[in-house]
Amino acid sequence: MTATTTPQLTPEQLDAFGRELDAIRERVIADLGERDASYIRRVIKAQRGLETGGRALLELGFLPPAWLAGTAALSVSKILDNMEIGHNVMHGQYDWMNDEAVNGQAFEWDTACPADQWRHSHNYVHHTHTNILGKDRDIGYGVLRMSEDQRWHPYYLGNPVYAVLLALLFQWGVALHDLEVERLHAGEASWKDKREMLQAIWRKGRRQALKDYVLFPLLAGPGAPFTLAGNLTANAVRNVWAFTIIFCGHFPEGTHEFTEEETEGETRGEWYYRQLLGSANLTGGPLFHVMSGNLSHQIEHHLFPDLPGHRYAELAVEVREICERYGLPYNSGPLHKQFGSVVRKIVKLALPGRGGGEQAPEPEPVTVAPEPARELVPA
Amino acid sequence: MFTQTPQRLARKLLASPLADALTTPHGVDRYVELVRPAFSLREVRAEVVAVRRATARSVTLTLRPNANWDGFRAGQFVRLSVEIDGVRHTRCYSPASSAHAGDLLELTAHAQPDGVMSPFLRASAQPGTVVSLSQAEGDFALPEERPEQILLISGGSGITPVMSMLRTLCHEGYRGRIAFLHYARDEHDVAYGRQLAELAAGHANVRLLHGYTRKVGAGELHGRFGREHVRAAGVDPAQALTFACGPTALVDAVRETWADDGLDARLYVEQFAPPAPARVETADGHVAGSVRFARSGVETTGTAAPLLDQAEAAGLSPTHGCRMGICHTCTCRKLEGAVRDVRTGEVSTAPGELIQICVSAPVGDVTLDI
Repeated sequence: MTATTTPQLTPEQLDAFGRELDAIRERVIADLGERDASYIRRVIKAQRGLETGGRALLELGFLPPAWLAGTAALSVSKILDNMEIGHNVMHGQYDWMNDEAVNGQAFEWDTACPADQWRHSHNYVHHTHTNILGKDRDIGYGVLRMSEDQRWHPYYLGNPVYAVLLALLFQWGVALHDLEVERLHAGEASWKDKREMLQAIWRKGRRQALKDYVLFPLLAGPGAPFTLAGNLTANAVRNVWAFTIIFCGHFPEGTHEFTEEETEGETRGEWYYRQLLGSANLTGGPLFHVMSGNLSHQIEHHLFPDLPGHRYAELAVEVREICERYGLPYNSGPLHKQFGSVVRKIVKLALPGRGGGEQAPEPEPVTVAPEPARELVPA
Repeated sequence: MFTQTPQRLARKLLASPLADALTTPHGVDRYVELVRPAFSLREVRAEVVAVRRATARSVTLTLRPNANWDGFRAGQFVRLSVEIDGVRHTRCYSPASSAHAGDLLELTAHAQPDGVMSPFLRASAQPGTVVSLSQAEGDFALPEERPEQILLISGGSGITPVMSMLRTLCHEGYRGRIAFLHYARDEHDVAYGRQLAELAAGHANVRLLHGYTRKVGAGELHGRFGREHVRAAGVDPAQALTFACGPTALVDAVRETWADDGLDARLYVEQFAPPAPARVETADGHVAGSVRFARSGVETTGTAAPLLDQAEAAGLSPTHGCRMGICHTCTCRKLEGAVRDVRTGEVSTAPGELIQICVSAPVGDVTLDI
């Protein structure tokens, strides 16, 4: 456990809490319409425009201003494509539009990871089993030690190094995520079982690499090295940014982890409770929220994964108010603070045990239940 | 033509494997459509070039389909997709224009009181809008080899496919006898009244007869469809091919008459049922019906359980994940019928919508694309 004190609610309170969140969800679903459709289309248009413009400028990459502007535009384009568009569309947030272009199961994104594998590892495994140790493979991505409850091994001495490598190569890390390399290593799964998956990764990764690292550079003729450098940089910028935002979603100080036992047979209210306690928000302006794919509202995203992300900012006001009433913590902070605590955790957990560091204080450890009928999280 | 060549060259370039590789994973369409919404390498899309509102209920759209349109046989229908309040809706419409009318296509919709698409088109269709189309479908169509006599019978908005037949035949200089029987509420409710009159006046082989259900005494046909109407048409049903399209009552009456005379093989019919009510009221949440899994060819008696459970009980194994409506892994297309969201009790009836089968229970008959 990261946090020492977990706020407790009675089953009745949890049910009421769940009903309040259900009501928000139903209200938004009934209100979905033109506003949401034109929002996602605007973002798509901006992304495709930035991509086309960026790639065109990078064909003239031998001119430094063109290289800089092109690389910046392509970086932003890839970030929008993967986060505000790809991640959100693939959650089925826009399925109700009945439009193939934003269909959650048909969408493919501009990154090495095949969309089908992402939908499994993220939408199902991560969102269903959020922060349950042993079930949520996003805890450490099978590479890092991100929880004190993950057993230490000398391998984890390299925790900070692996984190830097993962950040730089994030698209490939994500691409390999659903392979469950740690299970292959442990002999729980064989390479033979993963053949089809590997082939899909190879096909997708090859097309991505061909486009970014061969075709567009070749089109620039003698300017090829500049185009190649711009494309590499744009992918790296997107990788580091996505890593930063995503690691701030569940790993900052104050986020809770759960065990399989304590989440067995959980009710709808308990599920919401786990999503809330396992997630952390980032504060910032509207542009920051768009660039984070609205994952800056990680809490709202985990409560309502299939509601359009651009609505989370509005919902956050209500969710925060509900949390206050139930005395539940609402983990939110600026990027530098949240990411700072993630970095500290990565470094701390490279060492055995609880990392030897001081125990982080729990933000607002509140217990409201006068007589907790049941311990949700054993100490 | 002079302007055709650069256009064709551009299309060829956009359809090349190189363009595909450069625009992976989204594909060429997703970029070009942002500046040219009607463009697509594969999909049929069309621009609305004119909108006419001939009667109080009808709206006629003139469409210019893109290069992927294969044309149609007079009488066939297309699926028209239009976005209404962010949601794409699809309905079938039969073109009313001549199959030889070049690159334009004319669709007429009659606003149905409980409908979604037709009232929207009547109220809001505008030139410049881009819509999606399917290729033409359906066997209710003029055969390639034209028969010697043709009898066309239509009621209300059923006029469109037979209007297309009449226009096509007149267009190609067909010399056989054509009789056209049309039934409407009154003369103001005939969407193609003027055009019909003009065609009849300009072609000696066309006989046009009207029947008005809400105006006794007007029109050439009185009362409901019957044998005397066929006699008045002046064609021999045993010699002619007959095409009838309209409300169920009219089509059934025609069908019975032809069956009594043993002439089923000479009759083509197309009927439309009134649109399903927008909402199905349910008392306990379950309405008996059958659940059909179209792709697997499996059918089972529906229960109040989520459709995923029912599919599994029927021996199928649809892709799924969380079983609680979060992950959308089990999302599939509901082809027909109504379903209830087991979490909210909300009933949805829209045909062709995407549903999560782990949290959707059937309400009456349901067909899934599984």
